[in-house]
Amino acid sequence: MKIGYYPGCSSSGTGKEYDISLRKVLNLLDVQLEELNDWSCCGATSAHATNHLLSVALPARNLIIAEDQKLSEVVAPCAACYNRLIVTQHELETNPQLEKETSELLGKSVRSGISIINIIELFVHIGKEKITEKKKNDLKGIKAACYYGCLLVRPFNITHFDDPEQPSSMEKIISATGAQAIDWNYKIECCGGAHSFAHKEIVVDLSRKIIDDARLHGADVIVVACPMCHSNLDMRQRAMKNHQEMPILYLSEFIGLSLGIEPKELGIGLHFISSDSLLEKVGSKE
Amino acid sequence: MRIGVFICHCGENIGRTVDCPAVAEAAGRFPGVAYAVDNKYMCSDPGQNLVKNAIKEKNLDAVVVGSCSPHMHEKTFRKACSDAGLNPYLFEMANLREHCSWVHEDIVEATKKAIDLTRIAVEKVKRNVPLEPIRVPVTKRALVIGGGISGIQAALDIANAGFECVLVEKEPSIGGHMSQLSETFPTLDCSQCILTPRMVEVYQHPKIKLLTYSEVENVEGFIGNFKVTIRKKARSIDDTKCNGCGNCAQKCPIKKKAFSEFDEGLSFRSAIYVPFPQAVPNIPVIDRSVCTYYQTGKCQMCVKVCGREAIKFDQEDSFITEDVGSIVVATGYKLYTIDKKLDDSEIKGYGEYGYGKYKDVIDGLQFERIASASGPTSGEIQRPSDKKTPKKIVFIQCVGSRDESKGFSYCSKICCMYTAKHAMLYKHKVHDGEAYVFYMDIRAGGKGYDEFVRRAIEEDHVKYIRGRVSRIYEENGKYIVKGEDTLAGKSITIDADMVVLATAMIAQPNASKLAQTIGISYDKYGFYNEAHPKLRPVEVSTAGIFLAGACQSPKDIPESVSMASAAAAKSLVLFGSDVLEREPTVAHVNDSVCAGCFYCQKVCAYNAIEKKEIRDRHGNLIRTIAYVNSGLCQGCGTCNAVCPSKAVELIGFNDEQIYAEINAL
Repeated sequence: MKIGYYPGCSSSGTGKEYDISLRKVLNLLDVQLEELNDWSCCGATSAHATNHLLSVALPARNLIIAEDQKLSEVVAPCAACYNRLIVTQHELETNPQLEKETSELLGKSVRSGISIINIIELFVHIGKEKITEKKKNDLKGIKAACYYGCLLVRPFNITHFDDPEQPSSMEKIISATGAQAIDWNYKIECCGGAHSFAHKEIVVDLSRKIIDDARLHGADVIVVACPMCHSNLDMRQRAMKNHQEMPILYLSEFIGLSLGIEPKELGIGLHFISSDSLLEKVGSKE
Repeated sequence: MRIGVFICHCGENIGRTVDCPAVAEAAGRFPGVAYAVDNKYMCSDPGQNLVKNAIKEKNLDAVVVGSCSPHMHEKTFRKACSDAGLNPYLFEMANLREHCSWVHEDIVEATKKAIDLTRIAVEKVKRNVPLEPIRVPVTKRALVIGGGISGIQAALDIANAGFECVLVEKEPSIGGHMSQLSETFPTLDCSQCILTPRMVEVYQHPKIKLLTYSEVENVEGFIGNFKVTIRKKARSIDDTKCNGCGNCAQKCPIKKKAFSEFDEGLSFRSAIYVPFPQAVPNIPVIDRSVCTYYQTGKCQMCVKVCGREAIKFDQEDSFITEDVGSIVVATGYKLYTIDKKLDDSEIKGYGEYGYGKYKDVIDGLQFERIASASGPTSGEIQRPSDKKTPKKIVFIQCVGSRDESKGFSYCSKICCMYTAKHAMLYKHKVHDGEAYVFYMDIRAGGKGYDEFVRRAIEEDHVKYIRGRVSRIYEENGKYIVKGEDTLAGKSITIDADMVVLATAMIAQPNASKLAQTIGISYDKYGFYNEAHPKLRPVEVSTAGIFLAGACQSPKDIPESVSMASAAAAKSLVLFGSDVLEREPTVAHVNDSVCAGCFYCQKVCAYNAIEKKEIRDRHGNLIRTIAYVNSGLCQGCGTCNAVCPSKAVELIGFNDEQIYAEINAL
């Protein structure tokens, strides 16, 4: 299986371990990634808070690159990148005026037809069976809280992914590792997103509620599919008072553990919150 | 020939895009046209008089009106013709509105097209012949399907007018959803107290034949002459012997295996059961899926305690046929399935509210049972999970309704009112309790309705919050309701003890199947379609069939009852005459040409093609040919199209007429 890869900016910064672990895991699962040549930032929150045309033109540039590389399917592991790319496709299809302005700006128009998928969809395509087949380390006994955040499932009429109010696809993938996906209440609540920089207190408050609910339902770990969510849940735990630490892992890292990849190779040591307690249970060392 | 052509402006509907005087002028030059004129409103009295006077004064022998669709006004103009002494079938209509002015913008082109359409009608009418309506007898009996309040009302009205009525109900008892309700808005009178006397009246009425636990299996025939097959499902009880003593249900060892349908799953019932004490008829039925005898062959406790040998384990479904002249469909509604998605339906479910997961998150009908004196808690407000009195209760309106993302864009109409009633009943019983209502809009149109809602807010201090609830989850024994107060612009969290969801009213799950059996149309939600939304709200497009109650769209009790009486009145109109006149535009077989291949019989959707034997004078069979039963034929023309020897002619639309229309283009 070969698929286009849009790493997004965080893959070389705060979410480096997401990129590292994903490449390792996909390699073991026989998936070849073809990175977009000369890709640029999707614009994320900053662009659409600044200028609508810019927020569409940035993802559009990357879509054109993917077209030029003749890719039919592109995975964007970052939830924000995924959302911006797929929303841009939708906007260009439904707004002729915007489409015209964008093509004029870029000197080329998006022909569309490329399927943009998120990381959960990618693992769904690969299939539970494949993960079970390649599994070396059964994660039985681990209770994982699958956290989707806001951007993976919304807006539903554009993403058409899972049930926007009650998603369950990540749980199904997790079950292939042997771990138990718990039923909890905060899996699609917002972590505070980009407020992390200007309004830290909001993020600390929101992230704490998410972590507390996961713990209340017995979670050993929260599994995420977005570098922004990861950095908020992981980094801001230090600012929480009277707080018991909760390891936050990327979906790719979690699957990587079950495939027998060393935690260090997955970049698990790069997190703020130690995953030692979890790794002890799993039987591997950081 | 002397044909008169009348071009209608339809106010501005046609006149805006079609130059009507020009069309009339052009029509005046068509061969055979003796008189052509345009008029602002042809359907008005002066417009019709124009036709009548012209027929007499200009000695017309055929008429063409260019106006709206035949569906709208063909009858009107045919009548005008016949009033003036012209056979009504020497009239043709050119549709200059739906087929022309409404769909075009360019006046020049639209006028050209209008002239073409008029020419077509003129060429057709030249080949029309006088026709006489077909007369069929009327069976003066009605069938009412559904024994809820609508069906009960319709049956009683028809029977009280002196006509026989067959009432079919699929459940073991009549009464429908109304029998489950506690008190009714806006007067708070007890639902059972006003309903049960009606149920008894139905049971005792000499003109009503009540068939409970029965379903309509097949409908044949046409207005005035329906033949209906009804399946009487096996009750496993001989209803001629049972006296309703109730010993069997009391002694039945199955106590906690089957949920009571009447109590909406909040209590249990036995395997042999009467749905509720006031059931009509008061005859039990055996639920074979849980009965020990049917499962293991043992037990027979009910047989032992029945003093009248009424238990009949080997009873089978039986079929009866009834001849009726009209059918009233009153099959009612179901509540939205909020707990789960159904794979093959548009229903998305409301998993985020935890219905089905949390015992104290219930729907409106369940709250009715809890608030009802005859309910599982004898009317005391208790949580289903631990029987405690909820001190904080949240009601959520529009669950499913007006929510396209969950499958339904329509308003269920009654939820604003019953939620106000629920909150009020709660406050009347739990004085120190707090009641919250989340609403989108309050739709309280109706006599005394808005006053009722105001009373809930002002006198009973129910707290109304305008906004939606995003999520409900359990935390430390409380149900955390997270919502938005859109008036205050804030998010709001309530730790409730109990939550009541006002879920959408939806069509019965088998509504489309029944519609196909009877031959009526339904909308994308499964609600039955009326013939005209304003002027024919209780009729359907199939003659002789009428609608009553919530099977047509969500309705409250007063509206359902009014509609039921209207449907009954429509049946009675039918029974007012001994014969019915039907359109003569039906198929006809030319005996000398028919080869007897019976392709026509295979394609006929109305079973109107019969076999006819041709014999010589000695009685020897020469051939068997097709014959059209003109009482059943709907004039669709399918037989006409498939006939390889062109033996079938559709009267009023024969080949010569159709070719003339095409050649006129």
